Amino acid sequence: MTVDASSSPPSERNRTPFEKGLDRFFEGTTMGFALFILLLLVAIGLLILVQAWPAIQRFGVSFLWTSSWNPVEGREVFGVLPMIYGTLVSSAIALLLAVPLGLGTALFLSENFIPLKIRTVLVFMVELLAAIPSVVYGLWGIFVLIPALKWFLGLFGVTFAGPSMLAASLVLAIMILPIITAISRDSLAALPPELRQGSYGLGATRWGTIFRVLIPAAISGIVGGVMLALGRAMGETMAVTMLIGNSNTINPSLLAPSNTISSLLANQFAEAKGIQVASLMYAAFVLVILTLIVNILADWIVRKLKAKY
Amino acid sequence: MVDTMPKSGTMTDVVLRAKECDIYYGSYKAVRDVSIDIPKNKITAFIGPSGCGKSTVLRCFNRLNDLIESFSLKGKMTYHGQDLYAPDVDPVEVRRRIGMVFQKPNPFPKTIYDNIAYGPRISGYKGDMDELVETSLRRAVLWDEVKDKLQESGFSLSGGQQQRLCIARTIAVQPEVVLMDEPCAALDPISTLKIEDLMKELVQNYTIIIVTHNMQQATRVADYTAFYNAQVVEGAGGKVGYLAEYGDTEKIFSDPEQESTRDYVTGRFG
Repeated sequence: MTVDASSSPPSERNRTPFEKGLDRFFEGTTMGFALFILLLLVAIGLLILVQAWPAIQRFGVSFLWTSSWNPVEGREVFGVLPMIYGTLVSSAIALLLAVPLGLGTALFLSENFIPLKIRTVLVFMVELLAAIPSVVYGLWGIFVLIPALKWFLGLFGVTFAGPSMLAASLVLAIMILPIITAISRDSLAALPPELRQGSYGLGATRWGTIFRVLIPAAISGIVGGVMLALGRAMGETMAVTMLIGNSNTINPSLLAPSNTISSLLANQFAEAKGIQVASLMYAAFVLVILTLIVNILADWIVRKLKAKY
Repeated sequence: MVDTMPKSGTMTDVVLRAKECDIYYGSYKAVRDVSIDIPKNKITAFIGPSGCGKSTVLRCFNRLNDLIESFSLKGKMTYHGQDLYAPDVDPVEVRRRIGMVFQKPNPFPKTIYDNIAYGPRISGYKGDMDELVETSLRRAVLWDEVKDKLQESGFSLSGGQQQRLCIARTIAVQPEVVLMDEPCAALDPISTLKIEDLMKELVQNYTIIIVTHNMQQATRVADYTAFYNAQVVEGAGGKVGYLAEYGDTEKIFSDPEQESTRDYVTGRFG
């Protein structure tokens, strides 16, 4: 037998220095990119914190639970509680409306209720909802949704000023709908067909199969989508600013104007100076932490649900 | 034309009967002119090369092909003489009486207990669920392996155990017929033998049809064997399946009437 490359031990096969260098170069570049993202995130966080530092020193943690926002020079007091309330409540209402609607749409689009061609068109249209710029949603809210709400509530003798928590939450719900629908549909469609056949094969009805097998099997994906939507709702700025009324008060009525952290920032950064800038940065930091908590929570829930099965 | 009865003098009750069935997907004819009688409390094997329609015919018996939008059936399929495709027949009811075990073990993402209890629960079983779960698992010869971890996920089991779980899940609904679509294709030889032993146990109470690519398996378990073959035809799809020969397993494998059957069972094609 002759000795050739294929019968020599692998350690003897020599790769050219160029080949090795290329490998190392590739590894180094990808690592560099990954580190860059990490650095960017840390830098943004740190810079916000540094800029917010004067406000943190002056107002401390009580910033989180005081309600006055007074930028008048010499008498500045800042507290962000109404905006935290507004952020959480508007997002919660949006979720409350969008989750059943989105999950229902996802189920409808992943089952064979209608011919595939129509389904494909509908899926595309849902995704198109996500492509509408948020300022367009805001404009639509002002000129279509608010007049419609005024008319509707007027039927019950309720006077409705217009910009309010309700208007903002409704538009938020529409904005996050495509996220919930698309992700839920994807995770339902990704289920192995054997699961569905197995259930039908045992004499399950379509409803039994959907609610007892398909949704539980896809739950981690669905919850992941909902949490992503929640993050989007909490950070959404333009449409909310145009519709929420920007009033720094806590009012239990959904018809009253309110405010969120992101619309506070959008409204005030232009004229802010000194300690007000620091306070806005502090508020921004709070928003970042809030979204971070939502993300961690989402991850935890998804992992918990996955571990169950 | 093939005889609908297996070539055997001692035919008992007929549970399922297909009469001159053509099966279409859209305009494409997948199976032509199948007529076959499935005897009660026996194991009938469907063998044949890929694409000969044996799984398709199997799935027609419990109307699982209804899930495919373009599917249509011409001819008649009856269950104890009742037309399975009559407009007033509820496919859900059909599937409760005619259960199915699939090629790939497909436990639900639930606990072992809930996997078994799922079928009885959806059909409104009122009796003692713990007992039913235990009986079903015992019948599937899985009880001793899982009795201490009923609350663990069905996915925590090995492939062979998962398949026995799926069989237990099917018999928990107490069907009369169990259809098995290559139940051992994804299993190792030891698990395969366990499933085969299980089938011989179960056939005392159930009627079993098994689709298999493994001819030794057919000779080991089946009382009757139906050999399906595919025929090249003009047009899209290019092949149509048909029932070539049906009879006692022993006869099919030792002294078949058709040349193609002999060629297939001796491993000359397929």
